[in-house]
Amino acid sequence: MKFIDEYRRSDLGKALARKIHRSSTKKARFMEFCGGHTVAILKHGIRQLLPPTIEMVSGPGCPVCVTDNVDLDKAVALAQLPGVILATFGDMLKVPGSRSSLQEAKAGGADVRIVYSATDAMEIARKNPTQSVVFLGIGFETTAPTIAASVRQAEQESIRNYYVLSLHKLCPPVIRVLLDSGEVKLDGLICPGHVSAIIGSRPWEFIARDYHIPCVVSGFEPLDILQSVDMLVAQIENGDARVEIAYRRGVHSEGNQTALALMNQVFEVCPAWWRGIGVVPNSGLKLRPEFERFDAELAFDFDSGPAIEHKGCLCGEILRGVKTPKDCKLFATVCTPERPVGPCMVSSEGSCAAYYLYGASYG
Amino acid sequence: MCLAIPALIKSISDKEAEVEIGGISRRANLWLTPEAKVGDYVLLHTGYAISIVDPEEAKETLKLLEEIAELAEEE
Repeated sequence: MKFIDEYRRSDLGKALARKIHRSSTKKARFMEFCGGHTVAILKHGIRQLLPPTIEMVSGPGCPVCVTDNVDLDKAVALAQLPGVILATFGDMLKVPGSRSSLQEAKAGGADVRIVYSATDAMEIARKNPTQSVVFLGIGFETTAPTIAASVRQAEQESIRNYYVLSLHKLCPPVIRVLLDSGEVKLDGLICPGHVSAIIGSRPWEFIARDYHIPCVVSGFEPLDILQSVDMLVAQIENGDARVEIAYRRGVHSEGNQTALALMNQVFEVCPAWWRGIGVVPNSGLKLRPEFERFDAELAFDFDSGPAIEHKGCLCGEILRGVKTPKDCKLFATVCTPERPVGPCMVSSEGSCAAYYLYGASYG
Repeated sequence: MCLAIPALIKSISDKEAEVEIGGISRRANLWLTPEAKVGDYVLLHTGYAISIVDPEEAKETLKLLEEIAELAEEE
């Protein structure tokens, strides 16, 4: 496929790996923030191509994984209300909440439907005018504008039974929290390519400026990632710290202004709960007052009960880059993709699921 | 979850496009990329085109990678 196959050429990959081996003299730990990058790195065996000077750690960039039980329980409670159809991306279905997953709620009679897009959720609303359709709004800056567009479209078409449970999260604020915690020391950051397609490269500049950590915005094919690592190594060797874009075919420094304007029109920033991290100020999005009739939290009366975390699950530490899935006693024993204990084993781009599928030999 | 794949726009009607991904036809919502035209590749994420692929930048990146490979050969 065009714009994919060219970036998987093994001859160019080997050449990039050789260049990285030659140029990397300083020990460096790079975080790939995005779960999509974690999957690509493990799937294409990129770690084996890198010199021993370079360590890669996975970050919290998996929206399903960072959704706290506090919020997941709300979705389950909403799904169990009579007359409600809960529409969700498929990844959320098997995440065990405090007392039930959405899948278990569905087995118990709740009307939970998997959708591929917010437009599908709106279609369900059009076809079921006597029921209320709640769309579980999960995702980072990549996804939030699509939900904003759906809210605007529902407003224009006067779809009155469409609601959003907005659990969207913003990436730059949580990186600041991770860096301030001092728990994980980073020498470089591979910035998420599709979040950056929306927000551009400027929101990452504080990382280079305030923390002197080089940043490269990367695409998701193996050559994209190797090129990004090469660019990070070049900055490290020169003692530089700036934000560069490797993924130039998809990302502009100013981002997608149409998408940003729509997102800002419909949503305003708010604090958000991150699993394993806690409440991060200004890292969530809620519907603005003028769109509050679409807000599922305001429209329905429900009690989601106290949130409980599963004992022994290390998802929180893994999301902070402090531990790897191999450090977790439950990994691949009690916790598997078929019977996941934590969300990092549920989501296809969760670190645990990616290690389970592709990374059995990594420590 | 932030997965987005390049899709070729075949036709546009209002704010919706018919796109092709590896021979398969899908619908793409163009609310976020109203400037997209037939023949453009867009990054498709959950049914929405979130960015237009820049073919010139794509070519430049590949050229750069090929130059790196040539240099690696010489050394």
